[in-house]
Amino acid sequence: MACGNNCTCNRNESGNQDNSRRDFLLKGLMGGIGAAFLSGCSGNTGSKSESGDKVNVLTHDGKLVAVDKSQVANFKPHISEEDVRKGIPGKKFVMVIDLAKCDGCGKCTKACNKMHYLPSNKEWIEVLEMQDSPEVSPYYFVKPCMHCDNPPCTKVCPVDATFKREDGIVAIDTDRCIGCRFCMAACPYSVRLFNWTEPVKPNIIETTPAAENVFQSKKGCVEKCDFCPHMAREGKLPACVTGCPMNAIWFGDANEDAVTCYDGTTAKLSQLLEDGGAYRFLEELGTEPRVYYLPPANRTYDAKEIKIEKEGK
Amino acid sequence: MEKLNPEIKNQIENELLGTVGRRYRQETFWVFFLGAICIGGTVAWIIQLRKGLGVTAMRDYVSWGLYISLLFFFVGVSLIGALVSCVLRMSGAKWRYPLIRIAEAVTLSAIFFAGFMPVLDMGRPERLYFLITHGRIQSPILWDVIAIATYFIGSLIYFYLPLIPDLAIMRDKLTDAPKWRKKLWRWLAMGWEDNLLQRRLLKKAMLILCIVILPVAISVHTISAWLIAFTLRPGWNSTIMGPYFVFGALMAGTAIMILIIAKLRHGYRLEHYLTPKHFNNLAKILLALTAFYLYLNINKYGVPAYKMAKEERAVLEDLFYGKNAFFFWFTQIAGLVLPIIILSFKRFRQSIKWVVAASVMVLLGALINRYLIVVPNMLHPFVPIQHAQHGYATYNPTLIEWTITASSLAGFVLLIILLFKPFPVITMWEVTEEVEKRGEKEIGVENIITLQNIPTHAS
Repeated sequence: MACGNNCTCNRNESGNQDNSRRDFLLKGLMGGIGAAFLSGCSGNTGSKSESGDKVNVLTHDGKLVAVDKSQVANFKPHISEEDVRKGIPGKKFVMVIDLAKCDGCGKCTKACNKMHYLPSNKEWIEVLEMQDSPEVSPYYFVKPCMHCDNPPCTKVCPVDATFKREDGIVAIDTDRCIGCRFCMAACPYSVRLFNWTEPVKPNIIETTPAAENVFQSKKGCVEKCDFCPHMAREGKLPACVTGCPMNAIWFGDANEDAVTCYDGTTAKLSQLLEDGGAYRFLEELGTEPRVYYLPPANRTYDAKEIKIEKEGK
Repeated sequence: MEKLNPEIKNQIENELLGTVGRRYRQETFWVFFLGAICIGGTVAWIIQLRKGLGVTAMRDYVSWGLYISLLFFFVGVSLIGALVSCVLRMSGAKWRYPLIRIAEAVTLSAIFFAGFMPVLDMGRPERLYFLITHGRIQSPILWDVIAIATYFIGSLIYFYLPLIPDLAIMRDKLTDAPKWRKKLWRWLAMGWEDNLLQRRLLKKAMLILCIVILPVAISVHTISAWLIAFTLRPGWNSTIMGPYFVFGALMAGTAIMILIIAKLRHGYRLEHYLTPKHFNNLAKILLALTAFYLYLNINKYGVPAYKMAKEERAVLEDLFYGKNAFFFWFTQIAGLVLPIIILSFKRFRQSIKWVVAASVMVLLGALINRYLIVVPNMLHPFVPIQHAQHGYATYNPTLIEWTITASSLAGFVLLIILLFKPFPVITMWEVTEEVEKRGEKEIGVENIITLQNIPTHAS
């Protein structure tokens, strides 16, 4: 279904200022993609019971009408190949990871794996035990894709299979990837994974272009953390954020200067970075990551219990 | 110098044409042996294509392994053509004439397999054409594709041009050959009549090509070096990579050249054309290149080793006294220091056996060095390797990988042999012309004018 006409649909949220900031993403997104569309005319949804929630919809002749939510079909807009490569308009996604809060439980990884149908031996978001020097205390280090603004991986891709979007996400088009693995060699964060064998496919039907698929594993292609763009389109948080009970992972939009964590708390991004003394991992490489870290000061867990794995063993 | 007696010239040509299409028992054995390895490699490749790269030992940390190491090796070896037909030409070395076709054959075969290795390494080889339909010129892989293709075509032309007069000789002389061959020779010789204008044009074309091909040859290998130098990885993130690869390549190419002419000399009974002078001169070149390569190695490893910066330390420790220490010190001592010592003595340089021994060591060292450039660096990334699954934090190539690697090397040698089969190995017209002009000594051939000394094995 082409969305030309339906794009005039706009959910008017101006009356709901008291809504939780948790769905802050929703507001910006809905306008752009027209997530709702009037289906009352077709009549076949008329038998649905009224929910009481009203949604403002723009009709063909330009009138704004409030209709019941049940009258609006659960319409997913058509997302073209071009949309996926361009990214979500007006957004600049950013992640903040509070190392002081991370107790290494690994629930972010589990949530991520569940979201993306990954087997347990694949980790898009990794929890490492780090110790910067022998005398300082160790800490857990959460490592998603850094979605660099100066990405070494997209620079070297010979076929534009991995690319930087306007919303800051570095995505992979597995319909394009030729499997040369130059991007893996180029990534200093060892984020990228390769499908060495045929992955087990889940029983789902993907409707979006490959780069925004939930399930991205394809034999002979590279995959990695994608910042859950399919969730962002719906105004939802990535799986790792909603999976972190320690509230250690914040996700949001740098343009809005707001980030949200697991319990729904929304913080001012610039304030969070300033107060926390934030830094970026391997800043000296000049990759300009979009993931910020708050140093592991005043930890909420016992650091002495962390055991550092010796390299190569 | 007076003109060669037409009868002597005739006999030289007969002798050199003797190898064309002739079957040698040892050679037939090698062709079948190498062919069998290639069939094994093809089977292994089919298995790899069906099951995916999971049949290799490459995993997420070591995502490039033997195949890419071999790519660097083949691209490197291909530089020998440019060295012999271009650098030696510009330095006025007349002894190069008998070597030109051999060097170009090695180049052609090496660059063919250099183009083939990345395809073997691809996760999705069926998408190869994406490089054309969706190619991104900003990526060094595209540069590499263009450079390898250009160099392949350039080398093909350089192989063909000096062949034209020889093809004409074959067309005129080998009248009892099958009809299709004569037809092919006539077609390939393009109406060569050996007149002055044709000679002048041919020489001009060769001169132009010789000048054009040198930057192409150097760019081919420099771009290959950039594949790793353009990353931020410790050990790879270095500006020395381009020259390091180019000179390592010239060194390996010279070693291979020595081994091949040593084999051809007796195998094809070309003792009068490939003489100790050639070995001596190539040995001098090899000495200069190994010495310079050792110097580059000192810079590449010594400079970071003095500083022992955090990131590079793990790689260097691995090489100096870790898991790869044996290989590393083998490449440095057996692959460089010992050959330098051997080749420094005139006595050893003049002995073909010693030169061949030194070349074998250099070649082995160069092969292992390609592996050391690629793999240990991948095992020491910035982010420490933790919770790695079994087989992820190490790299022990599988049987499939070894088979494909062995068959690529076998195919490389096989293709060289097959290129030698349909044509005379020595450029007949150029050698006779230069002997007429400058005498035997400068060209490095021996006793070909006094032909009565030659056993008539080829008539």
